Order: sequence, then C-alpha cells, then structure tokens
Amino acid sequence: MAYVAVKGGERAIDNAHALLSEARRGDASVPEIEVAQIREQMSLAVDRVMAEGSCYDPDLAALAIKQARGDIPEAIFLVRAYRTTLPRFGFSEPVESGNMGVRRRVSAAFKDIPGGQILGPTFDYTHRLLDFRLAAGDQSARAAARIADEPTPDTLPTIASVFAHEGLLEVDAPRNAHAEPFDLTRDPMAFPADRDQRLQALARGDEGFLLSLAYSSQRGWGSTHPLCGEIRVGEVAVSFSPDELDFPIEIAELTMTECIMLSGFASMDGAAPQYTRGYGLTFGHCERKAMSMAIVDRALRVREFGEEVSAPCQDEEFVLYHSDNVEASGFVQHLKLPHYVDFQADLQFLRKLRQEYFDAQREAELGAHKEAAE
Amino acid sequence: MNAATNTAASNASSEAAYYTHAYLDEQTKRMIRRAILKAIAIPGYQVPFGSREMPVPYGWGTGGIQVTAALIGPRDVYKCIDQGADDTTNAVSIRKFFATVADVETTESTADATIIQSRHRIPELPLREGQIMVLQVPQPEPLRGLESRETETRAMHAYEEYGLQYVSLYENISAFGRIAGGAGYPVLVDERYLMSPSPIPKFDNPKMHLSPALLLFGAGREKRIYAVPPYTRVRSLDFEDYPFEVQKWTQACALCASHESYLDEVILDDSGNRMFICSDTDHCATRRADGHHGSMSDFSLEDAEQSRTGGERP
Repeated sequence: MAYVAVKGGERAIDNAHALLSEARRGDASVPEIEVAQIREQMSLAVDRVMAEGSCYDPDLAALAIKQARGDIPEAIFLVRAYRTTLPRFGFSEPVESGNMGVRRRVSAAFKDIPGGQILGPTFDYTHRLLDFRLAAGDQSARAAARIADEPTPDTLPTIASVFAHEGLLEVDAPRNAHAEPFDLTRDPMAFPADRDQRLQALARGDEGFLLSLAYSSQRGWGSTHPLCGEIRVGEVAVSFSPDELDFPIEIAELTMTECIMLSGFASMDGAAPQYTRGYGLTFGHCERKAMSMAIVDRALRVREFGEEVSAPCQDEEFVLYHSDNVEASGFVQHLKLPHYVDFQADLQFLRKLRQEYFDAQREAELGAHKEAAE
Repeated sequence: MNAATNTAASNASSEAAYYTHAYLDEQTKRMIRRAILKAIAIPGYQVPFGSREMPVPYGWGTGGIQVTAALIGPRDVYKCIDQGADDTTNAVSIRKFFATVADVETTESTADATIIQSRHRIPELPLREGQIMVLQVPQPEPLRGLESRETETRAMHAYEEYGLQYVSLYENISAFGRIAGGAGYPVLVDERYLMSPSPIPKFDNPKMHLSPALLLFGAGREKRIYAVPPYTRVRSLDFEDYPFEVQKWTQACALCASHESYLDEVILDDSGNRMFICSDTDHCATRRADGHHGSMSDFSLEDAEQSRTGGERP
C-alpha cells in the first residue's frame, strides 16, 4: 500500500536523504574514496562528466561522481545545476587544435602522416582480460611508461592541412569574428539549427545516444560512409579577449579530443568534388563520443548538401531535441512522481467504457434469450 | 483557519547565504520576467525562454520553479501543491526550496496565498484578484500528440490552423462515443491560441475561464512560458452535439462530504475496498474545520495501515 504513503511528508524525505547518504558511503570498514582519487584514477568518467556537464573542472566533476555514487548521468546533472549558477562573462577565441600539445593522434586515412601516428594512452590494442593483479593491489600491474628518445613535436599538422594543398577536403566557411556563437545554455533550441547550435548540442549530448545514432548511420540508416581522417587528444590553450583589452589573453589550458570524419564526396555550387566532413570535439579524453559526434554531425548536414532525410540520425529535430540526457533522464523518471489526479480521470473514463461494454453485452444476451423463447 | 502558516525565517538555513534571493541570478530573473510579460500580452501563446538547469530534475517542476523564482518577493505568501495536496513529497520539497532560498512565508491555505504553484490541479476555492497561479507544464504544445515536429506546430499556431485538433476529437467520438481525454484537455484562449492547460483534470478547465487571478504556465525542459491573464476567455474545445463535460462522482468525499470537489481514490485493502477523498487537501481540511463530516471522517490512513499489518480488516 505504498501508494497511500506517497501522501507523506517532510519527514519521509529527510529520512530518505539520510539513507541515501549511508548507502553512498557503503561499508564503513572500507576506506572512504577521496575526490582526488576519483579525479586521478577514474579520469575517463571525470572527462565524460565535464564534457556532458558543459563545465571544465576535474575536481568538481570528481566530486559529482562521488556524490552521485558513480551514476554518471546523475553526476552530469549535478555539474550542470552548479554550472547554471555561474555568471557568463563572454566567449573565448576559437581554440586552435592545430596547436594542440598532442598526446595521441591517429589517422585511418593514411599509413603515415606528417608527425606520425601516436598511439598514446589507448585501450585499442589491449586484450580485454580482467587483470586480477589490480584487484590484489599488485604493484607489478603498474608498468612504468618509458620516456621517448625524441619529444613529440610541439605541434602536429592536422589532417585538414594535409589535404589543403590539393583541395580534396571541404574547408570551413570563414568565421565572422564579431558574430556571437549560439549558446544553448542561454537560448532555447531553434530550428533550422546552424552549425554552432548543432555542435554545441552534440557536444553536450549523451554519449550513448550519439553512439547508437552513429552506429545506425554506419549500418545504413542514413549512411555517411565515414572514414576517420584524424582523431587527436591533447592540451589546447584557451584565449579570451576582454572588453577592456583589444588583444586576447590566455586564460586556461584544456584537455580536448577532436575528431574529423571524412565522408562522401560532394560538389558544392558547381565546384570540383571534395570530401565532406563531420566534426567532433569534446572536453577531456572522450574518443567514443568525439567519433560518434563527428558521424552524427555529418549526417545532420543533409540540408547543406541537398540530401534526403531518410533516417533518424539525419533529422535535426529528432536528434537535437532528444540528445540531452539531463532532460531525457528527468522526463522519463518524472513518471514516478504521483499522477493520481490524471490517473483518476483515466480510470473514470475506462470504467465508463467498460460499463457500456457490459451493458451492451447483457442486452445482447437478453435479446438472444427472447429470440430462443420465441 | 486550520492551515499551518510558517514564518520562513525559522526555515531559512545557512544555504540561503550562498545563493541570490530566489536562487536565480538577477539577469536570469529579468529574462524570465520579460518572457512572462510577453506571454501576458499574447494570451495562450508559448513564449520561448532561456530555461536554466535547476537543482531539481526536469519533470519535477523546473518551469514552475523558474516562473515563481522570477516573481516571488519578500511580501509574498507561497503555497505549493502537487495533485491538489500540500503534503505530497514533491510539493513539500519545492515549498522547502523557496522557504530556504527566497526566505518567504509559506502557507497551505489557498485563501492566504499570493502565489500558488501547482502540478496537475487548480484549487477548489475560487481564486481572487491579485493571486498568481503558477502551473508546472510537462508538454506545453497541445498539438504535440498529433504533430511531432516543433517547426510544424509553430506554423499551425501562427496560421490558427487547428483543424487537426478537431479531427482528433471527432475520432474520439467515433471510437469511444465521447470525447476522450481526462486531463490536459485542450482549450482555446481568447478565441485565438490553442493551449494545453497542463495535465490538470478537465474538471478544472472551467476555473480558468474569466479567472480573476493571473495564470502562468512554465515548461522548463521544453523552455516555454505562457499565460492566461485575468478575466480572459478560456473555452474547452467541443462540438454542439457533444458538449464539453467535466468529471462527476457518485460518491461524496468520505472525509468532508463534499459533492463538488475532484476526488482521489484511495485503495484501502487488497479486497476492493476503497474510499474517495478530496484531492484538494486544503479544501477538505477547511470544510472539516467548518463542521462538515463525511462517512469516514474519523478514519485515519495510518490506523488502517496498522490494522492491516496487524492482520485485521478495517
């Protein structure tokens, strides 16, 4: 009879919060996890929380993961709710990924590219065998990374610059330096969505949702024939031009993941055919997300290329309205709030329909008896 | 008056010091107030606004909370209900939020409140001039069930093209012999904009017509605000031969004997016993304080619970 108990009050909420706090701590004989440990040892979870939480702060993201008991969408929500209280003092200069201090960079398009293929810290060629030495705290599980003989070049040319000589890849339209970029945290979604709005929505979007959409595109539901031109992970500088100064100053360094997907050819406005591309960019090290984003970005450019919308991943209202996991999680889960007023209205309607059904049946039976008697 | 009126000062904790009054920063409040003013100027029109992430999830009333936060001042008296009741968990939680961050006086009395935030109900006591009703809205678009694209529905509103809605009502009649839809029943505001009244039961729809109070609707996740200004015509859609009807019960409230209120059904045991009680807890409590008694007015849910666990039937 828990339904009756929904009309319960403040005390129930307070008790639930206390119980939650206890559940979060778990067995008190096990040492409590520290935020710094999460930040350092759960760093990919931290990166995802920063990326989808739209807030670059590893300490806050680690705290959110701890508070959320490791529930990543809940941690993303905590970061978003905090972020919304911060003042917005402007927007930065575009980050220059060509100047990224690269830790990892691979291209699937060429065997070798200027600067070389750099694997970096990747799961890609690990054998997915549970390493029980980690469970035992065995120090031999921790292989020391060897310092390279030569340092990585300060900057590595991007795949776009490799293509630039021949004009094989579309180039970005020149940016209007004075145009303020669209900001979904300040303005509601509007359609048709331009590139800035689309990329922001995808960057904040749920990794799982974008992954599945990208996968559906690969399987032929709105295929973009993607080829991974380049994926790079590393540190970029953020510059900002305050109103008081007429030159940009460096204010931060961020770890970012960038992905350029090469896609089907197109000939724009009668020009020579070129590769088109999809673009993915995330805070932190989030390769799966950046690659999915790049595929979905390209799929959503149907209007630009005069393509037909034939699959979900190409439909911007469908994709952009449903990619945010804070919105989605809230609305799906709000179904557990009481709905007994609406339910009572439904129930009344259903009971009336059933009453009519049984009345009609009874009349039909009476009619049949009468006929039989006659 | 039986309603408990708390002074907020005692509720305000140190949390209040960390946030601006009513949680939102002043620029955000100004943005929301502008959206509200536009909504009042164009009754029933959905005004897009830069909805913020709130510290409660989408679906829990983020739109209503933002509207309230933009309006609430130190002299306001705030009431918050969910499903008509002041004591439902979410209503308690939101009321506590404003008692903390807005340092405002709260009440359970409909008559005493200046701002009434609600999910799924309009109180039974007729609202008066000067009161503001803030309704939480999950889906602001009345046509969404018929047309999933926002670009299309915006055009339909612009051209006042509501034929599809009437066709849908007609299809109800051919399928069920009557217009279906018990809650969130579509209305036409000032004979111009089709509007979702939020999932209030259609029982409450007539209360919006020429209401002396201002009705504001906030949809946080969908980022829309709309309004019914005081004394505005609000018509529930129907046909001449199938007029609009509201819910009726054969039972009266088991606690206060009211025949006029919207009733909740409370299951008493596993063998089909149930009681019907007012969904509006303030209405019910006020009537009981005024001496009305229902058939089970001495009945306590807690006693029933105890007797059940004790193995007895109430």
